[in-house]
Amino acid sequence: MSGHSTYNPTNPVMKWLDDRLPMPRLMYDSFVSYPVPRNLNYWYTFGGILMIMLVSQIITGVVLVMHYTPDTSMAFDSIEHIRRNVNYGNILQKWHAVGASFFFIAVYIHIARGMYYGSYKAPREILWMLGVVIFLVMMATGFMGYVLPWGQMSFWGAKVITNLFSAVPFFGEPIVTWLWGGFSVDNATLQRFFSLHYLLPFVLVGVVILHVWALHVTGQTNPTGVEVKSGQDTLPFTPYATVKDAFALCVFFLFFCAFVFYAPDYLGHSINYQEANPLSTPAHIVPEWYYLPFYAILRAIPDKLLGVVAMFGSILIWFALPWLDTSKVRSAAYRPIYKQLFWILMIVFFGLGVVGANPPEGWWITAGQILTFYYFAHFLVLLPLVGLLETPKPLPSSISDAVLASNGAKAPAAQPAE
Amino acid sequence: MKTIKTLLAASVLGAGLALGSTTGAIAAGKQAQAEDIDFSFEGIFGKFDRAQLQRGFAVYKQVCSACHSMNQMYYRNLGEPGGPELTKEQVNAVAAEYEVTDGPNDDGEMFERPAVPSDKFKSPFSNEKAARSANGGAYPVDLSLITKKREGFHYPWYVSPFIKLVKGNGGPEYVRAVLLGYQDPPAEIAEEANGKSYNPYFASGPWISMAPPLSEGAVEYAEGQPEATVEQMATDVAAFLAWAGEPKMEQRKSMGFMVMLYLALLSVLLYLTKKRLFSRVKH
Amino acid sequence: MSTADAHDANRRDFLYIATGAVGAVGAASVAIPLIDQMNPSADVLALASIEVNLEPIEEGQSITVTWRGNPVIIRHRTAKEIEEAKATPVSDLPDGLARNANLAENAPATDENRVVDGKEQYLVQMGVCTHLGCVPIGNEGDYDGWFCPCHGSHYDSAGRIRKGPAPENLHVPQYTYVSDTQIKIG
Repeated sequence: MSGHSTYNPTNPVMKWLDDRLPMPRLMYDSFVSYPVPRNLNYWYTFGGILMIMLVSQIITGVVLVMHYTPDTSMAFDSIEHIRRNVNYGNILQKWHAVGASFFFIAVYIHIARGMYYGSYKAPREILWMLGVVIFLVMMATGFMGYVLPWGQMSFWGAKVITNLFSAVPFFGEPIVTWLWGGFSVDNATLQRFFSLHYLLPFVLVGVVILHVWALHVTGQTNPTGVEVKSGQDTLPFTPYATVKDAFALCVFFLFFCAFVFYAPDYLGHSINYQEANPLSTPAHIVPEWYYLPFYAILRAIPDKLLGVVAMFGSILIWFALPWLDTSKVRSAAYRPIYKQLFWILMIVFFGLGVVGANPPEGWWITAGQILTFYYFAHFLVLLPLVGLLETPKPLPSSISDAVLASNGAKAPAAQPAE
Repeated sequence: MKTIKTLLAASVLGAGLALGSTTGAIAAGKQAQAEDIDFSFEGIFGKFDRAQLQRGFAVYKQVCSACHSMNQMYYRNLGEPGGPELTKEQVNAVAAEYEVTDGPNDDGEMFERPAVPSDKFKSPFSNEKAARSANGGAYPVDLSLITKKREGFHYPWYVSPFIKLVKGNGGPEYVRAVLLGYQDPPAEIAEEANGKSYNPYFASGPWISMAPPLSEGAVEYAEGQPEATVEQMATDVAAFLAWAGEPKMEQRKSMGFMVMLYLALLSVLLYLTKKRLFSRVKH
Repeated sequence: MSTADAHDANRRDFLYIATGAVGAVGAASVAIPLIDQMNPSADVLALASIEVNLEPIEEGQSITVTWRGNPVIIRHRTAKEIEEAKATPVSDLPDGLARNANLAENAPATDENRVVDGKEQYLVQMGVCTHLGCVPIGNEGDYDGWFCPCHGSHYDSAGRIRKGPAPENLHVPQYTYVSDTQIKIG
C-alpha cells in the first residue's frame, strides 16, 4: 500500500532538504499521492474531522491556559474572567467546551463506521486497538477538563468518578487518597487534573500518529470491504479526499458553530455555573452527555466492584472485537444479519445514554439492566455466532467492479485519474 | 430494514432528548414551571432592550443589592456596549455612590474611598458568614450568574431537549417567576412555614427565606417608562440579570452570524468543487 | 480542445480559485481572536488611575509609586536642578521631543514641557529606561539626574537622555493636578 514514493522535488532547496530530512516527502506520500479507495463515502470523512478537532482543542486549550488559574479559590472566577474580560474570551471558552462535545460526536460516528464496515478485521487489528486507546485517553482528558471550571458539577463529577477506584479490593481507599492527594477532592486534585489535562492531548497526538501510521501501512477499508487490488481501485488523496474531507468538515463546523454561538450552554449543565461547594451535593449528578451510556452500565449493576468492572469492560471489550467477530466478510453491506445487529446495537447504545441521563429509579433501572445485558451479549454471544451462521451476500470482485455496478447504466466515465 | 431505521431514528431522537436535559427533567414535579416570557434578547438576532436593562439595574440597585452581591460585575460593565449602556458620567456617578475599602495606605491602614468604574460591584456583606448571620442563617445567593445556573423550564424527559434547544433553560424566567411566585401555602403544610414564605417556583423550595422583595412603587421609574408594577419590575430585573450572566451575549450572536454565513458560503463552494472534481472519475 | 471545453475549464479554474481564496480568508480570520486574546483584557485596561499626595516629598527627594505595574518616579527638584535643566538647549539633546503624554507628540524637550506649568519643582516620569526597561537610579550619572545601571544610560535632572544607549527621554505619563498638592496619574 505505502509502496515506493512518487515524490520528486524539482526545486533545488526541496531536493537538498529531501536528502537530509525527508519531511516534505513524508507529507507528500501521506497526504497528496496517498491512494485512497475510490468508493469512500462521507462516513469516512470523520477521521479527518477528528484530526482538526484535536488541533482545535489544543489551540483553544493553550489559549485558555493563558488566562486560567488552577487554584480552588480562583478557578471559577478565572473562567468568568475569561468570559467577561478577555478579548474574544467568551467565544474561545465556549469553543473549547462545546468543542469537547463535538469531538465526541465525531469520535462516536468514527467508531460506529469502523464497526459497520468491519474496519477492525485483519490486517487492521492494531489500527483498531490504537483507536480504542485514543478513545480511552480522550475520555480521561475530557473528564479532567470538565473539572477545571470548578463548578458544582465539576466538583461532584470528580468526586464520584474518582470514587470509582475505591471499588478496587484491598487497595481502594489508598488509591483514591492517592488520586486526590488528600482526603477529598481539593486543591491538590484540581492542580494535578490541570497538569494531566494539559499533558494528555499531546499523548493523544502521539497515539494518533501511530494510528495514522498503521492506517497507511494497511490502507483504508471501504464500503465494500474488498481490499484494494489495483490502481483502478484508488484515487490520489489530493485533491479527491482532501476536498471531500474539507466539505464534510465545513458542514460539521456549521453544526458546531451553531451550538458555540447560539446554544453555548445547551450541552453543559447549568448547575456548573455555580461555584463548587464541597458541603452540598446537587440533587442529580450526571456526567457530560458523552459518558452517559457507560454511566448507565455502571449503575445497572447493583454491586460496586462489578459495576465498575462492567463499565470499564464495556469499552475494553472493543479490544477483543477483531477476534470476537468470526466472519470473514468485512462490510455489513454484505452481511444481512450483522447489519440488523449493528443497528440494534446503535439503538441499545443510545438507549443506555437515555437511561444514564435519568435518575436510577423505577423502570429506568430495569431498562438499564436489559440494555446492559444486550450490550454485552452483542459482543460476547451474537457476534461470534452470527459470523458462523450467516450466509453473506456475494462480494464484488474488486472496488472498481462495485463502483461500475452501482453507477449502473451511466455512460462510462473518463479514464481514471492516475 | 426500513423498520430498523425508523426505530433508530426514534431512538436517536429519544437519546438526544434525554442527553440534553440531564438536570431539567429530574427536578420536574417539584419546582413549578416558570411562565415563558418573550424577552427581546432571545433568538438568533435578539438584543437587550437598553431601557429595560437600565430599569432592571435600578431594581437591583434599590431592592436586591441590599442583600444580594454580584461579585462578577464591575461598575464599568454598565457603560460597555451590549449592556445598559449608561453614559460615562452616569457610570461614574453610580460608582461614586458606593464606598469601597482600599489600602493599605502609607500608615498601613485600610481606608474607604468612593468607588470608581473599574471597581467590582460592592458586596452588601463582607463574607458569607456575615451574610448568613444578617439573614437568619440563609445565604442570599450571588446574582451574577443566577440566570445561567437556575432553570425555570422543566419538561418530561422525552421532549425536554427539543424544547430547551429552542427556548433555553428559562433562567431569566426563573428569576421573574420566583419574584412573582409568592403564594399562600396550601393549608395542609401551612404550619411548616417556620418564618419562611411559600414559593413553589423556588429551586430549593417550596419554602424560601426571602420575604416578597417587590412591592408597588418600590422603585421609581423615569418619565416615559412603563409603570413600575411588581410584574414589570420582576421582568426588568430578570432581563438585567440575564445580561449580567453574559455581558458579551450580543457580541457572541453578531459574530456567530458572520461565522455561519461564512461557513455556509464555503460549504457551497466546497460542494461544487467536490462535485466537479468527482464528475471526472467513477466513484 | 473545443470552445465548450475551454469554457468549462475556465469555470473550473474560477471555482477552484474562489474556494481556495474563501478558505484562506477564513483560516486567516481564525488568527484574529487567537492573537487578540493576548492583548490586555478589559479589567487590565480599566485599571484604576492612582492619586498621589505630593506634600510629603521634601525638596531633593524622590518617591516611586506603582502605576499599571510600572514604577513612576516623582521628584521634588531643587532650584539648582531646575536651573541646570532650563539651561540646557534642546539642540544639545539626543532626543529633542518632550515624550510627555499630556502634550502633543511633537512638543520639544524643553524643561517646561517635561513638567506642569507653575509646578515645575515636581517632575513626574516613568521609572522605565527607554533602552530596555530597567529602573534608572536617582542622584546618579553625569547630569545630576538618573543613571540606568543596566547599560549605562545617563538622564539629566529633567529626565532627558544625555548619554548612553537609550533612544528617548524618560516618558511622562498622563497626569493631572486634582488639587494643589495631589496628582492623579492615568
